[in-house]
Amino acid sequence: MDIQIQHSDVYALSHHHRFQWEEAQNSYVILFPEGMVKLHGGAGEVLKRVDGKATVGDIVADLKATFPDAEDIEKDIIGMFELAAGKGWLRKV
Amino acid sequence: MTQASLGESVVQKTVHAATNNGVAASATQTQPLWLLAEVTYRCPLHCAFCYNPTDYDKHTQNELTTEQWIQALRDARKLGAIQLGISGGEPLLRDDIEEIVVEAKKLGYYSNLITSGVGLTEKRIQAFKEGGLDHIQLSMHDITEEINNFITNTKTFELKKKVAAMIKGHGYPMVLNVVIHRYNIGHMKEILEMADALGAEYIELANTQYYGWSLVNRSQLMPTREQVEEAERITNEFREKSGSKMKIFFVVPDYFSDRPKKCMNGWGEVFMIVTANGDVLPCHSARVLPNMNFPNVKDTDLGWSWKDSPAFNKYRGDSWMKEPCSSCSEKANDLGGCRCQTFLLTGDAEAADPVCSKSPHHHLIEKAIIDAQNPVIAAQPIVFRNDKNSKRIIAGELKALTDEFHALP
Repeated sequence: MDIQIQHSDVYALSHHHRFQWEEAQNSYVILFPEGMVKLHGGAGEVLKRVDGKATVGDIVADLKATFPDAEDIEKDIIGMFELAAGKGWLRKV
Repeated sequence: MTQASLGESVVQKTVHAATNNGVAASATQTQPLWLLAEVTYRCPLHCAFCYNPTDYDKHTQNELTTEQWIQALRDARKLGAIQLGISGGEPLLRDDIEEIVVEAKKLGYYSNLITSGVGLTEKRIQAFKEGGLDHIQLSMHDITEEINNFITNTKTFELKKKVAAMIKGHGYPMVLNVVIHRYNIGHMKEILEMADALGAEYIELANTQYYGWSLVNRSQLMPTREQVEEAERITNEFREKSGSKMKIFFVVPDYFSDRPKKCMNGWGEVFMIVTANGDVLPCHSARVLPNMNFPNVKDTDLGWSWKDSPAFNKYRGDSWMKEPCSSCSEKANDLGGCRCQTFLLTGDAEAADPVCSKSPHHHLIEKAIIDAQNPVIAAQPIVFRNDKNSKRIIAGELKALTDEFHALP
């Protein structure tokens, strides 16, 4: 699915999806009917900031500030939004 | 209960994962991510395709108490269980599902009530919503009242439609499960349209797999290969053309494949089942296997059961395999298929699943397919899943129907 992510877009978790920290997995997960996706470090950091209020641009800026040493982080963040929106984990508000 | 979680597809969905820009997610792991609580074997429906054990009547008087279920939920959560299926039988025949749901929420489970809808009232669904139940999976049988009532041996058609509306009305995602067999496989398009019209978000078209009652009724239920192919074609066409947002899972019937299913995504890999009487199993039918001692939550620690019990380690991985599996280049794809099906049909639990065309027992599957087309065999009466028939099977009265199998299905 081709989804164009704009910096001004605001996303929220899709209905019937739950995002939570799983101690046993040592990672964040997204839960939905009949399924679960385990999110490794970077992906969890992105999804954690998705709250239906912050814009993609806000989240990019926040992550850049939090991880100043990470290179070219913006491309990865946008990629994560594309993936999550494409998979239906996130919905645009 | 339906055959909802029987197929490997569900397990794969459990662990399916994303890979993008180095954002990788996990492959399988030996952790009981999925806990299925078969809280009762009692059921108001009498479905001919039910995979519950035919001798379930033994386990209707010794069900776990509410406290025992809550303890099992807590212990499983510590082991990493996250998806909880509350199933049966018909779970709503217990009056403590509300309490179980509240505890599940407290523990952080994503909980799913797997139900026929019988017994779901406004009052109960309200309590489930407030208690934090995440979703409800409703079994549907056909678009026609005639087939629904025939295959379930009950008059439940109108009720199911009412329950579907109730689920939707309470803001739940609509997850439908339709077990597919000879009597409804010709109605695929209509079933999909019905699901779409009901506003379903997910529909699972679960081709019957042959365990329990469905194995006893195999010749009466099995469609032809052509019917299965047509059903899949119609499903794919619907997916592409309808514009519906409904997610459709088509569980391929293993009898018509050349290779077996990776049953339960591997023995003791991600699935754990606790049965009505507290047995802890790696799959629904495991009790058909010989020389196995399955732990029970009443007297055994769940962590030990999962990690260390001989039963859970028996078929983990592939070191138990023999030829043709052990040297097979594809063994990692399916782990030799289903142990229960293999034993039921061949009498050797370590053989290759007879579904596999490389299996020396493959002729058994071919014969079953041919038998199902034999008008004389196919015209034998269906044995519906009910207490009376279960008692008769336990008493050995229906031996002629189960004799060809190496254990009581």
